[in-house]
Amino acid sequence: MSNVSADANQSASNEQPQSSNRRKFLTVATSVIGGVGAVGAAIPFVASWNPSAKAKAAGADIEVDISGVAPGQLIRVMWRSKPVWIVRRTPELLASLEGIEDQLRDPSSEQEQQPAYAQNRYRSIKEEYLVLVGICTHLGCSPQHLTEGAFAEYAEGVPEGFFCPCHGSKFDMAGRVFQGVPAPLNLVVPPYQFLTDTTLLIGSDA
Amino acid sequence: MKKLILAIALLLPSLAFAAGSKHPLDDADYDLTDKASLQNGARIFMNYCLGCHQQQYQRYSRTFADLDIPEEIGQEYLQFTGEKVTDYITTPMPVDASATWFGAPPPDLTLVARVRGADWIYTYLRTFYVDDSKTFGVNNLTFPNVGMPHVLQELQGTPRISYEDALIDGETVKRYVGIQSDGDGELSPDEYNKAILDLVNYLQYTGEPSRLGSEKIGKGVLVFIFIFFIFAYLLKKDYWRGVKK
Amino acid sequence: MNGFLNWIEQRIPMMRVANMHAIQYPAPVNMNFWYVFGFLATIVLVNQIVTGVWLTMNFEPSAERAFFSVEYIMREIDFGWLIRYMHSTGASAFFIVVYMHMFRGMIYGSYQKPRELLWVFGMLIYLALMAEAFMGYVLPWGQMSYWGAQVIVSLFSAIPVIGPDLVIWIQGDYVISGATLNRFFALHVIALPLVIVILVFLHIIALHEVGSNNPDGIAIKHKKGSLAEEDKTKYKIHEYYTDKYDIADDVVPFFPHIVLKDLVAFSIFLGVFSYIMFFAPEMGGYFLEHPNFEIANPLKTPEHIFPVWYFTPFYAILKAVPDKLFGVLAMFGAIAALFALPWVDRGSVRSWRYRSGLHTWNLIIFAIVFIFLGYLGGTPQADWKIVASQILTVMYFGFFGLLWIYSKNETTKPVPERITK
Repeated sequence: MSNVSADANQSASNEQPQSSNRRKFLTVATSVIGGVGAVGAAIPFVASWNPSAKAKAAGADIEVDISGVAPGQLIRVMWRSKPVWIVRRTPELLASLEGIEDQLRDPSSEQEQQPAYAQNRYRSIKEEYLVLVGICTHLGCSPQHLTEGAFAEYAEGVPEGFFCPCHGSKFDMAGRVFQGVPAPLNLVVPPYQFLTDTTLLIGSDA
Repeated sequence: MKKLILAIALLLPSLAFAAGSKHPLDDADYDLTDKASLQNGARIFMNYCLGCHQQQYQRYSRTFADLDIPEEIGQEYLQFTGEKVTDYITTPMPVDASATWFGAPPPDLTLVARVRGADWIYTYLRTFYVDDSKTFGVNNLTFPNVGMPHVLQELQGTPRISYEDALIDGETVKRYVGIQSDGDGELSPDEYNKAILDLVNYLQYTGEPSRLGSEKIGKGVLVFIFIFFIFAYLLKKDYWRGVKK
Repeated sequence: MNGFLNWIEQRIPMMRVANMHAIQYPAPVNMNFWYVFGFLATIVLVNQIVTGVWLTMNFEPSAERAFFSVEYIMREIDFGWLIRYMHSTGASAFFIVVYMHMFRGMIYGSYQKPRELLWVFGMLIYLALMAEAFMGYVLPWGQMSYWGAQVIVSLFSAIPVIGPDLVIWIQGDYVISGATLNRFFALHVIALPLVIVILVFLHIIALHEVGSNNPDGIAIKHKKGSLAEEDKTKYKIHEYYTDKYDIADDVVPFFPHIVLKDLVAFSIFLGVFSYIMFFAPEMGGYFLEHPNFEIANPLKTPEHIFPVWYFTPFYAILKAVPDKLFGVLAMFGAIAALFALPWVDRGSVRSWRYRSGLHTWNLIIFAIVFIFLGYLGGTPQADWKIVASQILTVMYFGFFGLLWIYSKNETTKPVPERITK
């Protein structure tokens, strides 16, 4: 005959009522430690989804030689697998950025879409050179660069700008978003610096 | 003397085959926690081995980070090929050409310590000896007829093998005594052994970089499991108290 | 809350299943440490599936990229090395617990009537596991992966007439190649795990239908109405069992009693497992073989090739027979003999505790023979080893022959009616 409790589902044993507190404590302690262990065991699996060394290497800073960029020209480079645009803006283009503030959502770049040193009218370190991540802030398409008055079709009186073909968002030549389009924010200015007058480092600032 | 070596050299291929590569291995007492040793090993690797052997599974940046080498220092003194610190440690030598020069492409050395073992590499790099019958003028006791020149000769000096006459079962036999440097190298024998040990240490590291941290994590995990065991055991005891078997 | 639980229970019987198979499942009270390996095998299976899924996220099944991607996992993925070592250590751990589990079944007669199918399902799991392990070992595309696959696949060429064509068909090429790697990958990550999970499910269903055996080999279920009220268990047992039988006072509920015992065993197992993983993942070249850290080279066979340790007993049997076809037959025969165990043993007493001394010795010698065969199959060939492996092969099959002979009229000890009396 075993002398176990008649009701096994009531975990306390009749013979040892004093053990019930002890049992409660041990059950809680074992469960808590086991739970901590389960969370600990999950760490490697969760961590393994972080960008790998390969992804990080691909996301490293890049140097760009801009000596060959003609006035008015836009070049595209790849940084962290994303397109980055570098535009050498002409004086006329810079002039056209003035006077359209009332058409823009965030004309003075108050949202943090750029490093502090690019929070100015031209959204750049040097007025002449614009550096932007070419990804629409709406749903991630890459907008088109419309030149020679082609942009005026979408924004009256603005000859040049960026137009997103996916959902029609519009940005001026400082990457500032127009009102009345789906994109909520200005285009992102990545951290960058001038290593020399003609060499850009994209990815980190001075 | 030269004649003797030649005679032995001619004999050796058959000898080596008979004995396999059964040269006794020395114990490589490497220490993965010794950062200075690992750094020196990396320096020797980049300077002497990387000309022909790659470590194509390992990035410079990983080596530098794990060995506490600042990236600028590493790039200046250890990285002779490639442009980026995140590049894999590869050699510019084309594989096809090297296969023609050496008979087989020089193997990748990222994992060599896991294939051969630290003791083997430690012994191998210290058992080159002059053998004029070979293409590269040297042979190796641990890896007979190896198709690799003794690239560390400028460190070790010219290694000469010596034998003595011994009487075994009534027959006079040449018995291997040891390998001695002529002393024309940059390092003393002890320094050379230490340099090889550092290199072995580095190769051991690149074979399994995770080992630098795994034992530390492992200790924590084992302590945790032990605590869990105690509570699980006490709880089990509590439930089984009074259950008659 | 109760309303919600009832709502669920009426649609899917979760509590009923939990009660039937755990909380109110009658487990013999005398189950000893041999009885933890089934639980541990389940844990390892879960480990293999989870870590396997994670490895698949970065592994690239091609001859060009497989080796590189494994090193990529080892070096460039956060904790990738740990996930890989959990998987590689798990593979060996699986076979350790499965071999213990099988030997437990042998010494306590768990394969005997009415548990024949339970044993057969278990053997099918073992077979699927061997295929799974073999194909998994090919994936890192190291030297041992390549040449191991070469040797094992070549076994099929021993089959008369169709053999050579069959080998080419399996390989999908004239040699082991990327095509072979790809199909093994598909089978390893999808097909065989699915088969194994289904077989494990059937194994457990069959187990709970016939009930757990125990070290005494005595039934805990008695004919309905044959037990006095005070001899029946005082625990609440599910009607599924009590409707058909009287359950003797020889049981504890599976949950929490057995589960807690398994949990203690699990923590010890986990300690050993973690020690290997963090401090000796190669386990001296047994869990991860040294030549496999070199990329597959079809032009150069490693000096010695062996299968991984868990296959070596059968590999030794293969090597012991000097004829190709008969060697292969002997090897598969060695596995087939285990399948036939429930019918080879003609005795009615289950546990070795109540069987003849001859039976005990037969079992012990069989275990030693199996281990020694494993040693012979996993070390370089030598003349004495050929003779030794031939003798041991005969002894391996001798176990079954002897058992068949003596079990018919075996002198057994009287078996008690009850475990706790």
